[in-house]
Amino acid sequence: MFKRVFGSWDAVVVVALVAVSIVGAFTIEGVGDPRFWRFVTLEAIPIALIALPMTLIVITGEIDLSVASVLGLTCTVMGQLWVSGVTSLPLLIAISALLGAALGAVNGLFVTGFGLPSLAVTIGTLALYRGLAFVVLGDRAVANYPPEWTTSAIKAIPRTTLPWVILVVAALAVVFGVVLHATPIGRGLYAIGNNAEAARFSGVKVRVTKFWLFVVSGAMASMAGVFWTLRFASARADNGTGLELAVVAAVLLGGVSIFGGRGALLGVLAAVALLGVLRNALQLAYVPANTLTVITGSLLIASVVGPNVAGMLRDRLRRRHT
Amino acid sequence: MTQRAFVVRELGIGLALVLLVAVTAIINPRFLSAQSVKDLLLGSAILAILAVGQAIVVITRNVDLSVGSILGLSAFATGATFVASPDFPIPVMVLLGMGLGAVLGAVNGGLVAAARVPALVVTLGTLYVFRGLDYTWATGRQINAADMPPAFLRMGTAAFIGVPVLALFAVVVLVIAGYYLHNYRGGRELYAIGSDPAAARLAGIPMGRRVFAAFVTSGALAGLAGVLHAARFGTLDANAGLGSELNVVAAVVVGGVAIFGGSGSVYGAALGAVLLTTIRAALPVLGINPFWQDAAVGALILSAIGLDRALSARVGRRLRKVGGGHV
Repeated sequence: MFKRVFGSWDAVVVVALVAVSIVGAFTIEGVGDPRFWRFVTLEAIPIALIALPMTLIVITGEIDLSVASVLGLTCTVMGQLWVSGVTSLPLLIAISALLGAALGAVNGLFVTGFGLPSLAVTIGTLALYRGLAFVVLGDRAVANYPPEWTTSAIKAIPRTTLPWVILVVAALAVVFGVVLHATPIGRGLYAIGNNAEAARFSGVKVRVTKFWLFVVSGAMASMAGVFWTLRFASARADNGTGLELAVVAAVLLGGVSIFGGRGALLGVLAAVALLGVLRNALQLAYVPANTLTVITGSLLIASVVGPNVAGMLRDRLRRRHT
Repeated sequence: MTQRAFVVRELGIGLALVLLVAVTAIINPRFLSAQSVKDLLLGSAILAILAVGQAIVVITRNVDLSVGSILGLSAFATGATFVASPDFPIPVMVLLGMGLGAVLGAVNGGLVAAARVPALVVTLGTLYVFRGLDYTWATGRQINAADMPPAFLRMGTAAFIGVPVLALFAVVVLVIAGYYLHNYRGGRELYAIGSDPAAARLAGIPMGRRVFAAFVTSGALAGLAGVLHAARFGTLDANAGLGSELNVVAAVVVGGVAIFGGSGSVYGAALGAVLLTTIRAALPVLGINPFWQDAAVGALILSAIGLDRALSARVGRRLRKVGGGHV
């Protein structure tokens, strides 16, 4: 019982999200307005797009730090193609998705084909892809997209203020959630994270699964790049720099174990939302952005220290009773 | 046998470095001018100090992502101290910066060792917390070179018999750390912890204390790097060292320190830092668009870890053939 109440970190994050939203709405002017939610969602969309596959990757015990660079490289390639005369948005999106998938496949190949640690590989491709982004556009920016593109990306769902893209993210979240929590593939991911060797012996295709996860991660990051380009109407090589750590922070805060094998998608989505609500609420309250940086970091530490210390105390209590 | 493979590994980076410098110097002899070599050493010194600290942590199968933020705090603390009292003695400032770094490192180490939480998560958290404290303290202020004592700024660029003082700091740090890791029981135990934590615990190694000490050392060196950063650049805001953590990890990995601990040396890490800095400096000289810098660094990291993998596979095979079985 104790464990079920306190062990479910997802519930803690969801409760925190609701509590912060309610307290914010009553104490800070502007929080809870339709406009407020619009800004929160616009900001959360790219993070959520990347966090979905990142959750699955971290559950298998790997990590992908190259995502923000994939985002940046996609932005520049999309910008360069647009400048050189590719004027069909669906075509640009398709090319971006393929590019992202290919970049992810490179990560996957290094990790599964050569058996290299993903932390090191993706730090390498983080530099490589960001570097290629600078090779493509240098320090130029491409900003002359047709206004209908840029407005359509952030257009609101009729009679609400929420951008319609959030529906796409929600649909994707459902897909990822079902795959992770209700299919043999998803259970296999946990098995890999808990013990890759044992998973292999029980028939889970460890390397193939991991490879495709990196491919999906790359493709999703490139879609975040497309959204980023259109939302800010600007393709620059430094788009999204440092976003990888923000995504990893959200995933870990959402209760996914960095060692793999533990975590759920609900917690991660709640964590993405929680960080978004906190950031925007504090901005409205004229709290300087640095306070949020401190809060993000503290939450992250608390999310791992809390359960651990609770576990140690629980053990000690149990030992005293027996 | 393994010992020899590691020596080979460091020779490999050294060779790559020599090759890079040689080719660049043939194309443009000015690359080897005293001024340009001095610039290279100046540029690598701070990264090398950070890399030595990071290597010590990585060898224990941990990682310290907060070094960039510690550098930032220490650099700003240095600036603020000199603004408050321009006559503050410089050696004391160096010690103060290291002390501040050590305290911040102790926060990391305490959380990792006592609360038994993964270092990646803790130091990602403190990366944000320390940087946030830095912003809060600086409140958008900028400290200019004019606010700093000239003697301190001279330290950032001065040379002693042709070698920049900053590089001398790096060499002293490197030699001490290298000697300790290689010859002292505590140093060897760091390797034992990294190569097999469970076995290390059973062997009676005080793991918590050693890992804690590794983080304190990494913090202290990042603090030192912050003071040197202040001396070298003079102009300071809260952004000093922002985003440098992955660069430091890259230097360590390029230098042949395995990301999962247990092998590699601080010499390799320092060479990795010099190599990364040299590549960035050499590309423009070679007539390659400077925008290729990051891409080249990325390619270098990937080939370095690929090479390590191939080397360790060979060593493993050879050991099995010999029949020692002690991999």
